[in-house]
Amino acid sequence: MVASAAVRLFGMWASPAVRRVEWALKLKGIEYEYIEEDLSNKSSSLLEFNPINKQVPVLVHNCNPIVESLVILEYIDETWKDNPILPVDPLERAKARFWATFVDVKCREESRKAFFMEGEEKEKAIENLQVQLKALDEELEGKKFFSGDHIGYTDLAVGWMTFWLGVAEEAAGFKANYDVKFPNFSRWIKDFLAEPVIKDNLPPREKTVEFFRAFKQLGSCTKVNQK
Amino acid sequence: MASEKGVMLLDFWVSPFGQRARIALAEKGVEYEYKEENLRDKSELLLKSNPIHKKIPVLIHDGKPICESLIIVQYIDETWSDKAPLLPSDPYQRAQARFWADFVDKKVFECGGKLWKLKGEEQEAAKKEMIEILQILEAQLGDKKYFGGDIFGFVDVAFVPFTSWFYSYETCANFSVEEVAPKIVQWAKRCMERESVEKTLPDPKRVYEFVCYLKKRFGIE
Repeated sequence: MVASAAVRLFGMWASPAVRRVEWALKLKGIEYEYIEEDLSNKSSSLLEFNPINKQVPVLVHNCNPIVESLVILEYIDETWKDNPILPVDPLERAKARFWATFVDVKCREESRKAFFMEGEEKEKAIENLQVQLKALDEELEGKKFFSGDHIGYTDLAVGWMTFWLGVAEEAAGFKANYDVKFPNFSRWIKDFLAEPVIKDNLPPREKTVEFFRAFKQLGSCTKVNQK
Repeated sequence: MASEKGVMLLDFWVSPFGQRARIALAEKGVEYEYKEENLRDKSELLLKSNPIHKKIPVLIHDGKPICESLIIVQYIDETWSDKAPLLPSDPYQRAQARFWADFVDKKVFECGGKLWKLKGEEQEAAKKEMIEILQILEAQLGDKKYFGGDIFGFVDVAFVPFTSWFYSYETCANFSVEEVAPKIVQWAKRCMERESVEKTLPDPKRVYEFVCYLKKRFGIE
């Protein structure tokens, strides 16, 4: 019980950034207490632990808060050294971080535009997204996962696209057509989703589609409070 | 590209992102070849080394490119780990450093750009935002010598290049960084006492000339 109280994760069920952290914790076999946040009525604990961004996920370890999901992944890897998720070699680490940042900043931006916008702007965003998916597809050439034979940091970082991109497509009525155009990427999605740690830790699809549909109708351009 | 031994940096003189890499290399005492890029006519080498973003800075080490300034700085720290560590060894302190470097990355440059690109109410809103950002950073710095404590570290490297833009921000948006965040100004002066910073950062007046040139080019009053 002491072990699980030492690690707490503040999250929201639909958030891909939160799942990303959960996948890492489960890959490492770390026990933790999960606290579901109502983002329309944030707890005082969340605001105390993340006063700057006021967002989930927040990992609290021995009362120390760590925020930003990619920062949390590196913290987890450096603190619990079994089953490493980042490579040892500095060049390979730089590549892993490069792809994670690419997906988190660039792909997420185009996905967001494809999701919220209509008409020409939507079409342009889908085009841009496909250029990005092509780059990811090429990076996967000859590899089962981005990190090699086993899932690692880059897979966890790109992982939101295996589920939430499809959810966004269904909720907002667009198709990036990666199953047709990008065979390596499509194959990677299947392999990633087949991993036990991943498939047992996804939100219910229909409920998530409904959630994002409602979110789009709100017409808000703010992200789902995720980092 | 040839797998030549050695270190090369593709950069553009006024880029605060390139300056991060240069400061990190200088702190570590790494010799490298500097190549100034013409961003309106990017070299074949740049386009091949960074096909995804086509941006500087790019560090090329023994023929292998590394892109994105904070990733480059971490690579430099991990590769030349025997000298001047930029990230602390404790995982929690490292997470804090990464968070604040990421904060600088996401907030300072974009808000700074608004200060010289916008006018009227929009510029006022951007000014309020920049003051808030500076004061948040000042609170984080507190009474420490550097963001890294006694050690000039990752967050210092991430933020210090923007200090040569303060004059431009102040002049375009009519405010004073010293008035709103005096500790940041004192920190900037301490950083300038380091050779790595002093030799890398351009004169703020030259940066302002560059901003004025950009304003003309983009037809901004």
